[in-house]
Amino acid sequence: MSFLELKNITKRYGPMTAVGDVSLSVEKGEFVSLLGPSGCGKTTTLQMIAGFVEPSAGTIRLDGRDITRAKANSRGLGIVFQSYALFPHMTVFDNVSFGLEMQRVPKGERKPRVEEALSLVHLSPYAKRYPRELSGGQRQRVALARALVIRPPVLLLDEPLSNLDAKLREAMQFELREIQRKVGTTTVMVTHDQAEAFSISDRVVVMEAGRITQIDQPYRIYEHPETEFISRFVGKTNLLPGKVVTATGAGATVSLAGIAVPLETAGLSVGETVTLCIRPEKLHLTAPSGGLLTGRVADRFFLGSQWLYHIDGPLGTLMVVTPNDGSTPAEQGAPVGLDWSPSVVRVHRGAMAEAPDVALEVTG
Amino acid sequence: MSASLPDAAPAAPGDETPVRRFPTAPLFLSGPAALLFAALVLTPLFLTALLSFNQFDYATGRTGGFTLEHYLAVVTDEYYLEIFLRTFRISALATAICVVIGVPEAYILSRMSNPWRSIFLLVILAPLLVSVVVRAFGWSMLLGPEGPVNGALIALGIGRMKLLYSEGTVVVALVHVMLPFMVIPVWTSLQKLDPAVEQAALSFGASRATAIVRVVAPQILPGILSGSLIVFGLSASAFAIPGLLGGRRLKMVATVVYDQYLSDLNWPMGAAVAVILLAANLIIMLTYHRMVEGHYRRRLG
Repeated sequence: MSFLELKNITKRYGPMTAVGDVSLSVEKGEFVSLLGPSGCGKTTTLQMIAGFVEPSAGTIRLDGRDITRAKANSRGLGIVFQSYALFPHMTVFDNVSFGLEMQRVPKGERKPRVEEALSLVHLSPYAKRYPRELSGGQRQRVALARALVIRPPVLLLDEPLSNLDAKLREAMQFELREIQRKVGTTTVMVTHDQAEAFSISDRVVVMEAGRITQIDQPYRIYEHPETEFISRFVGKTNLLPGKVVTATGAGATVSLAGIAVPLETAGLSVGETVTLCIRPEKLHLTAPSGGLLTGRVADRFFLGSQWLYHIDGPLGTLMVVTPNDGSTPAEQGAPVGLDWSPSVVRVHRGAMAEAPDVALEVTG
Repeated sequence: MSASLPDAAPAAPGDETPVRRFPTAPLFLSGPAALLFAALVLTPLFLTALLSFNQFDYATGRTGGFTLEHYLAVVTDEYYLEIFLRTFRISALATAICVVIGVPEAYILSRMSNPWRSIFLLVILAPLLVSVVVRAFGWSMLLGPEGPVNGALIALGIGRMKLLYSEGTVVVALVHVMLPFMVIPVWTSLQKLDPAVEQAALSFGASRATAIVRVVAPQILPGILSGSLIVFGLSASAFAIPGLLGGRRLKMVATVVYDQYLSDLNWPMGAAVAVILLAANLIIMLTYHRMVEGHYRRRLG
């Protein structure tokens, strides 16, 4: 049996279902992220694990014990809040020590444990400061130390890095993971930032409209998104609507605006409407007429380590990302060819959903 | 009376450009209010202070000259000393009771969800719409010898009690009148509180009571401080409540001032008592403010 187990957890607010039928098993020592756009129910799910929100249905088990209706202050979980929620009237030391005090750890034992937790997050010299005398990143670490010092069975992180600037966020991501590995605490993190979820999680749970749509390793979610929503939400993607023209046991051919494109997907039937997803970095620029498609560079953006091209062609505008290998990039307006290997194309059955602008808003 | 909130801004940063002209816009903009304040508050205060040093002739009722006899009389006469002590005792008691009732009230209010929160906020503020005099008469009808409270006491077999014209009654009525002035600042500082902070305390195993005492209360202390300063200041200078519910014998400072002005016609004496009340009030409130706020300045900023 898993260490933390959510079974058919549901939360309804009146007629609205915030979280519907969520089941999730987290192994001991695992780092799991709940990823989704705002309003998808990920924070409500975390709050139900924490005990601040009572589920309408379902059970939560921690190490075999049913904690569904247990009070928040009897669960003993370590929580890092989005706003950090430090106690502003206490010093860093007292903030970290608070949880131990509540657990009635003897005073002599408290001091070394607080010091150990502070040195884990590299904050030992700041023990006597008050939270408002610290920077955002330091407050974040205090919150982490405060949650870890009680040696919780599960660490819950609610958008822990969203209040930090981009550079600090990246540094903290790796530090968070390193600390989690060192301590070995089972961790559940809520985030809307896919880069954050991917870089530090063992598994990612993608949520959409109160439901789990996919649970998998970060790499698998990126390469094999199960729904079109996930492929749009997770990373950039080119979505191409088409119709199956031939289908065999080992593959198929799809017609995209009259251009035949080979696929390696089996099990499609002739005449079916499908949507193809191709990640921008899986497309290659070739000499004109050297690839499957020809097009023209509409725009190009320099991203430092990469070039992002918008290529106008018979299928509309496609995004292409190429590594910046130091060679001269394609000029704006230049004719280019586009090529890709059939194995990188992901196929979703059915027509393309409306409102692809969701992808533009949330991808990073 | 300064009900200054403790989050006073730090000194404005110095002008970095020394050539900048002296700004006139702020002067013009704050001018009208400053003039009004000077004309309506400072002038009468100044005149009262001047008057308190005048001699008073009982035979002719004329005032003039310079003397310190009124101040000496107030400071040395036990009659006045007792009235001052009673005033501050009643005010301190009313303030303490307002803290005990008002702080939990504001906390419960802040935890309510919306239709009820608005309704109860209105219930708390509604008494402010009724004149203090009317409310004082309301209490005197309730607590009078033939009032419903005594009626109930008789029905219960306890017998009639003399409720009016006692310190207790004045305190009860003051608490009733002053409670909104405690609830509002505390409620305001509760609004500024991050609700996750209390959740954090709970998540570390604190009981609800511990979370309130250790985490919530220290953070709303500035609100409690402002509230108690307002309540204490208004209570110490209250006139209608002690005048109507304290009767002729149970005097407070404001009623003594009134008597000096209108019964004894000894205006300089009344002025001296008023000035001493103002000074004493200021000293007590500033000391209190220092004591409590100095303790928390570094922590809460």
